[in-house]
Amino acid sequence: MDIAIRCRDLRKVYDGKPPVEAVRGLDLEVRSGECFGLLGPNGAGKTTTVEILEGILDPTGGEVEVLGLRWSGDHAGLRERIGVSLQETRLSEKLTVEETLELFGSFYRKGRPAAAVMEEVGLTEKRRAWVMKLSGGQRQRLAVACALVGDPDLLFLDEPTTGLDPQSRRSLWDIIRDLRRRGRTTLLTTHYMDEAERLCDRVAVVDHGKVIALGTPAELIASLRGEHVVEFAVNGDAGAGAGAPGDSGGGSIAGAPAATPAPLDPQSLLGVSSVKSARAESGSILLTVDEPHVAIPALLERLGREGHSLSRLTTRHASLEDVFVALTGRHLRDE
Amino acid sequence: MSRRHPFLLLVLARMRELMREPEVVFWVFIFPILLAVGLGIAFRNKPPDEIVVGVVDTAGSGPILAALTPAGGFAVEAVSAPEAAKRLRLGKVSLVVVPGARYEYRYDPTRPDSVLARQKVHDALQRAAGRADPIEVTETLITEPGARYIDFLIPGLLGMNIMSGGMWGVGFLLVDMRTRKLLKRLIATPMRRSDFLGAIMTSRILLVLAEMVLLLVFGRVIFHLVIQGSLWTITLLAILGAFVFAGLGLLVASRTARIETASGLMNLVMLPMFVFSGIFFSSDRFPAAVRPFVKALPLTALNDALRAAILEGADLPSQIGRILVMLAWGVLAFVVALRIFRWN
Ligand SMILES: Nc1ncnc2c1ncn2[C@@H]1O[C@H](COP(=O)(O)OP(=O)(O)OP(=O)(O)O)[C@@H](O)[C@H]1O
Ligand SMILES: [Mg+2]
Repeated sequence: MDIAIRCRDLRKVYDGKPPVEAVRGLDLEVRSGECFGLLGPNGAGKTTTVEILEGILDPTGGEVEVLGLRWSGDHAGLRERIGVSLQETRLSEKLTVEETLELFGSFYRKGRPAAAVMEEVGLTEKRRAWVMKLSGGQRQRLAVACALVGDPDLLFLDEPTTGLDPQSRRSLWDIIRDLRRRGRTTLLTTHYMDEAERLCDRVAVVDHGKVIALGTPAELIASLRGEHVVEFAVNGDAGAGAGAPGDSGGGSIAGAPAATPAPLDPQSLLGVSSVKSARAESGSILLTVDEPHVAIPALLERLGREGHSLSRLTTRHASLEDVFVALTGRHLRDE
Repeated sequence: MSRRHPFLLLVLARMRELMREPEVVFWVFIFPILLAVGLGIAFRNKPPDEIVVGVVDTAGSGPILAALTPAGGFAVEAVSAPEAAKRLRLGKVSLVVVPGARYEYRYDPTRPDSVLARQKVHDALQRAAGRADPIEVTETLITEPGARYIDFLIPGLLGMNIMSGGMWGVGFLLVDMRTRKLLKRLIATPMRRSDFLGAIMTSRILLVLAEMVLLLVFGRVIFHLVIQGSLWTITLLAILGAFVFAGLGLLVASRTARIETASGLMNLVMLPMFVFSGIFFSSDRFPAAVRPFVKALPLTALNDALRAAILEGADLPSQIGRILVMLAWGVLAFVVALRIFRWN
């Protein structure tokens, strides 16, 4: 199998006081023809990594090979074969969509006609509009179009769908899927789990400048040992004052020992059958389980026995978000 | 499909962006014309106004009033002594004559109009009393185009525009493109950097030529400016100026990451030249001690060269010194700027 991008022990330190270690020994292999996702929280080092791979930032250390070539070697030849969309580029405001694409197209030996690319990203009606008059989503599509106009073998998209509405995101996904069908390789970065799950053949989870997990979305989720998430909350568990004297409601049986159950410890639930992991999070408890139909009855039985009453219970499939939380204890996007 | 060369498209894109920017059109084309009109009218050459003289109204003022006739260019006001003093203080009269056994002239010697009035009044009074001038003279009056203030001003305005256009049009543009990450985006394509910088230079030169034609035609039509030098000489000087200040703009922009820093730096570079380089008044007015420094400034060289070419018809070889000053600045700026320039 062909390798489109390979990097070993990639390092980048930004000078400054103090110096910032943005990438700390990152290894990556992207195969030809696949759509590969870099997933990670803010400041993980995704943009830094991508810009080094694009040859516009020099690494502090490590080796980079793109399409079998090195940036120090055939620089010009390599540029012809890659397409780039940076995180936040503001193109010239007073040029039209068509003028912008013609300009970018002229830089490439095998540049494509602007009209074809506009058709592809759905900007044909806006061809004569100045860039300053475009909406955020249209600008983003124009940025991708500028990356496509050179007919690249390898495409880098840094957060191509951030800030787009669901419909624009889906139309960008279609563009990327179409590229893959034509055998092109895409490396994209994203914060969106669903995007990575639906679009990417393989995903690398990046945190603190390192790859902490790698695989297909399905493999990563399977690695949770439990592909379903059961999330529930119990009454009075979080409220410390629930058992205070004189607080007993009229309906409760005064003096009954079950009225003030001990707070629920998530780790104590690991014994419930089919439960693989458990953690508490903002007033709820999250379990990953193999078989919800086994785990839920057992859980209810256990809660009833200990005198907890359930206030909420939901189940869903595990996502890459859960993978990330399981790996780091943090969420991808700390809102 | 036939493709146009990236250099041409880059020039075209730059020119389109400029022409679609109302501020640019104003500063480049309208502002210098407004300045020329305003200053041209304020400082137009005109025959001297009549000389306003106050005569203190006492015995013996009769012969004085008779001698200072309107035909001689005098406007006389016969007033009381305190009133005369007040009018002199307020600048309403240039001179006060007090009659008596000896006439007394009261005036402020630092006021040019007063000095002139004293001369004229003295002559008129002496002649009326019988002075004969021993030498006969004839006067031939010549108003030379080329010696007026507007003639001095137009080449200066052209030089000023070449400077600020180059600094803003290159320096500001590049810093702006850097903050917008557009520079970074462009170097991620196979675009040749020489095409990019060459296109910016070319669009600067095209703009300078348009400005030059506009100012010269305007000066010719409205103020009857007489262009003595060859248009080729003037054009080459303007292009050289565009090159020099594009280089300085590039230098200012070479590492600056913030727009505010860039405008500060540019003002720092341009302000001394606005003051010293002879845009609105001749740089020869500065004391001899600082003149060598003033002459070494690129805008002084450009303004002096443009003036000599436009007003005196000087050719290029006769101005080799000024050309070398400009070339030195331009080449130095480009070499350093290209060496330290940051693309990302
Ligand atoms: N030019 C720079 N100078 C100094 N530090 C930088 C620079 N660019 C990035 N960093 C730092 O390097 C780290 C990694 O940044 P990077 O932009 O690669 O993250 P990211 O994963 O792309 O984040 P985001 O999801 O927010 O885009 C951050 O801590 C950031 O502050
Ligand atoms: Mg980023």
